[in-house]
Amino acid sequence: MIIKTVINGKTRTLEFEPGESLVSVLRRNGHTEVRSGCDTGSCGLCTVWINGKPTLSCATLAARAENAEITTIKGIGPEGESLAKHLVAEGADQCGFCSPGFIMTVIALRAEIKNPTEDQIKHYLAGNLCRCTGYAGQTRAIMNWLKETSHEIHR
Amino acid sequence: MLNMKKYEAPTSLREAWTIYSTSPSNVILGGCSFLRLGKKNIGTGIDLCNLELDYIKEHNNYIEIGAMTRLRTLETDPILQGVFDGILGASVSSIVGVSFRNTATIGGSVYGKYGFSDLVTALLALNAEIELYKGGVIALRTYLNAPPMWDILVSVRIPTGKTQGKIDAKPNKHPDKSHYTAFRHSAGDFPVLTLAISNQDEEICIAVGARPMRATCALKAMQYLNEIIQKNEVISAHEIEKAAQIASDELVFGSNMRGRAEYRKHLCRVLVERGLSEVLV
Repeated sequence: MIIKTVINGKTRTLEFEPGESLVSVLRRNGHTEVRSGCDTGSCGLCTVWINGKPTLSCATLAARAENAEITTIKGIGPEGESLAKHLVAEGADQCGFCSPGFIMTVIALRAEIKNPTEDQIKHYLAGNLCRCTGYAGQTRAIMNWLKETSHEIHR
Repeated sequence: MLNMKKYEAPTSLREAWTIYSTSPSNVILGGCSFLRLGKKNIGTGIDLCNLELDYIKEHNNYIEIGAMTRLRTLETDPILQGVFDGILGASVSSIVGVSFRNTATIGGSVYGKYGFSDLVTALLALNAEIELYKGGVIALRTYLNAPPMWDILVSVRIPTGKTQGKIDAKPNKHPDKSHYTAFRHSAGDFPVLTLAISNQDEEICIAVGARPMRATCALKAMQYLNEIIQKNEVISAHEIEKAAQIASDELVFGSNMRGRAEYRKHLCRVLVERGLSEVLV
């Protein structure tokens, strides 16, 4: 199969087998910033945005990306960097393998829920697993980041 | 990766049916989240993504949800947030994570008749109907108990009740209320037991799922409570306790890695009692 899609703002042509998942096609085409973890739809590592919505790329058929806008961690710009700095400051970024999917989901959370409570944050991120930490550092980092960037969403 | 020879995204239901009916190895694709975990050899995977079946519409006496509507939409949609005490959204809110629920569809969850489905339990308690391309509109309860049907699920319809929105409607002794709960060992895991209860127009429906078999209604417990309501009496705490025991006794439970049948039976009685207390008192 051959489809056209937009990845991080650039139009791309992708070729793949009909049953292939989006994560494997993205990685084969150089987007190794998209991590492949459990490959069962359970860990959240492979999260990308499809038309702005956080989606598991391992559970999405590549064929469904036709004419869609896909955003990976490389396409989110300074927003991701500022969140990453807070994760590092709280010691929440250890092996870093879960970070791309995690950051994609946190930024989607901020776009979807204004002033989220700690419970809302934990619930929204329930599908993003981290095997290094106990999530406390990540929760602190997110709260700090939201506080620091609150003027950006309320302007 | 799915073991799939061909992918088609038809532009009409008729075209989808034509492709689907050519071979028993052809499959209608929902969210593919569960399908991909199996080892099925798929001839042609038929994607309904071009059929505009991703919608939630409010009609006079029912709400219609298109088969390709994502589970996440059931949580965030303002129409669904405002009806049935939000139990449809609540039922899917603990399924893995947001990114997963942006992939999984209501059509895939319902058509598959999955025993572990939180959503099917909630829909069953709300007396939902399903619209099949060939089979027309049938009750979900009928569909779940029927042998596998070779059809295309188009939409799910949920009745909104006779008295809803009527200002001059006579107030019920037990106002409309719905309840959903799922018992899980850990967040994001498959449930050990699911329970949904609805009271619409003074008619109670109790659905129990993840037994681990597919969801079913506790008919004897429902009959016991509905007979009391028909006598125009208020249901007491003692009667709730008795109804919970009836539900636990009448339903069949099984064992799997998440719990034994006896454990589920005990859970059922406790959860039904709590649920009824919330809905009726």
